[in-house]
Amino acid sequence: MIRFFVVALLAFAAVATAQKKSGYEFSSRETQAMQDDDAANPGFLWVQQGETLWNRRDGAAGKSCADCHGEANNSVRGVAARYPVFAPEAGAVIDIEQRINRCRTEHQQAKPLAYESDDLLALTSFVGKQSRAMSIDVAIDARARSTFERGKTLFEQRQGQINLSCSQCHDDNWGKQLAGSPIPQAHPTGYPAYRLEWQTLGSLRRRLRNCLIGMRAEAPPYESADYVALELFLMARAKGLAIDTPSVRR
Amino acid sequence: MARPLINVPAKAKKGEVVDIKILISHPMESGQRRDNSGQPIARDIINLLVCTYNDTEVFRAELFPAIAANPFLSFCTVATETGTLKFTWTDDHGTVDTATAPIEVT
Amino acid sequence: MTRLYRRRDVLATAAGGALLPLVPAQATPDTMAAAIKEVVGTAPLKPGKVKLDLPPLAENGNAVSVSVTVDNPMTEANHVRSIHLFAESNPLPNVVHVTLGPRAGRAFFATRMRLSTSQKVIAIAKLSDGTCWTDSAQIVVTLAACIEDL
Ligand code: HEC
Repeated sequence: MIRFFVVALLAFAAVATAQKKSGYEFSSRETQAMQDDDAANPGFLWVQQGETLWNRRDGAAGKSCADCHGEANNSVRGVAARYPVFAPEAGAVIDIEQRINRCRTEHQQAKPLAYESDDLLALTSFVGKQSRAMSIDVAIDARARSTFERGKTLFEQRQGQINLSCSQCHDDNWGKQLAGSPIPQAHPTGYPAYRLEWQTLGSLRRRLRNCLIGMRAEAPPYESADYVALELFLMARAKGLAIDTPSVRR
Repeated sequence: MARPLINVPAKAKKGEVVDIKILISHPMESGQRRDNSGQPIARDIINLLVCTYNDTEVFRAELFPAIAANPFLSFCTVATETGTLKFTWTDDHGTVDTATAPIEVT
Repeated sequence: MTRLYRRRDVLATAAGGALLPLVPAQATPDTMAAAIKEVVGTAPLKPGKVKLDLPPLAENGNAVSVSVTVDNPMTEANHVRSIHLFAESNPLPNVVHVTLGPRAGRAFFATRMRLSTSQKVIAIAKLSDGTCWTDSAQIVVTLAACIEDL
């Protein structure tokens, strides 16, 4: 498999990223159809659950998300298009999962939700869904710059036993077939996403971990700030593409 | 995620054939996999889904492990009268769950 | 709720290491024939009426969209009683058995199925007059079902 991967890549001519394409465009017609019908898209099981949680009181403060934020359609519309973001209260760039958990610990006085737990995926996809069809536009100001640079380094450095970078696949060889599937451009428009391979909804962190493990590289634990850095870099790189979470991907 | 996602048109004309869609959150563990210590993972699927329309059965599906996780089913029914579509599903442990959706027929 | 818990358990296992598929047992043509016989009995299988809608290629075998439509009235006197789906090379040939009747209005259903490998899928419809009709389709599966997370 490793040998196949390297040989296959060597055979490719470099392709310039002339044209930005969402992962949706690399999906089969059937996978696109599954995503496009809200009544058939399994990701909506989590969106529906997220709506229930949004309205449920939790924690010592006895407050629901809705008690503070009201209609999600109004209050958190656009969030998924501009996160990760530098949060002064946290003194760091944070992603939506971290924002939700900050609201739980700081504002609801509730326990943070575990990464990849159904509840965190549900709230993240419910918040994310409010930004569907909005253009991605993250801000890289002075306070986010070092995180962005870290993400860029991680994306461009060769790593793992097969000694390739993310960029070599997703910038230079997108559209080529790898093990029977086209290589996408790695734009995180649709996360959390329902992956057919996972048979469940999963976060962008989980997706990044899959790629790192596929590269036979060390995948840092879920809590690692490196994922936020990669997320920020990827979102900046995806500027202008439309949010389509909950997406369906192979 | 206790609730299924059911799609039934809220309103229909008498005699109209309407589309019904249902998604249920369930791993549909096939019983054909092993965990990383080599132990078989026990089969755990929803094996039956029945839909009644004002208590008359209109659709029944016997499911096998080849049905994908978070099972999706879509079928048709004739809008006969205002009332309730009731979905009942049973898993391998004999647990029975139900959910309903109203339909107004004019 | 217990269901949810078990689901998390499975996830935790997946995160801890690769889930190994069992040696992919395959239904033999014999088990397939037996499964079909159980449904149709001695009635001859006729081609026609049934339309099995299946993509020629699936990018992942974990959830392949499939639908079956039968071109037949749905009246008390003449209707489709049941529709059955079989996958020849899956570990078990049965996929789903659907029971319907005149109240359906249209003999149709859609679902998503697992296919362990490229193979032939067969749909059979049983009519109220006892006749059995069939259609089949060949599908190429790029990535088989049951390959877990790396
Ligand atoms: C007690 C009030 C309160 C509760 C309860 C609360 N939040 Fe918040 N939320 C805030 C405040 C205030 C902010 C602004 C950032 C900050 O100061 O923490 C915020 C920010 C956010 C943001 C980012 C908005 C933006 O434009 O950047 C999201 C998303 C969010 N909350 C989601 C949630 C969710 C989901 C829940 C429930 C699990 C929740 N919040 C519960 C008060 C609350």
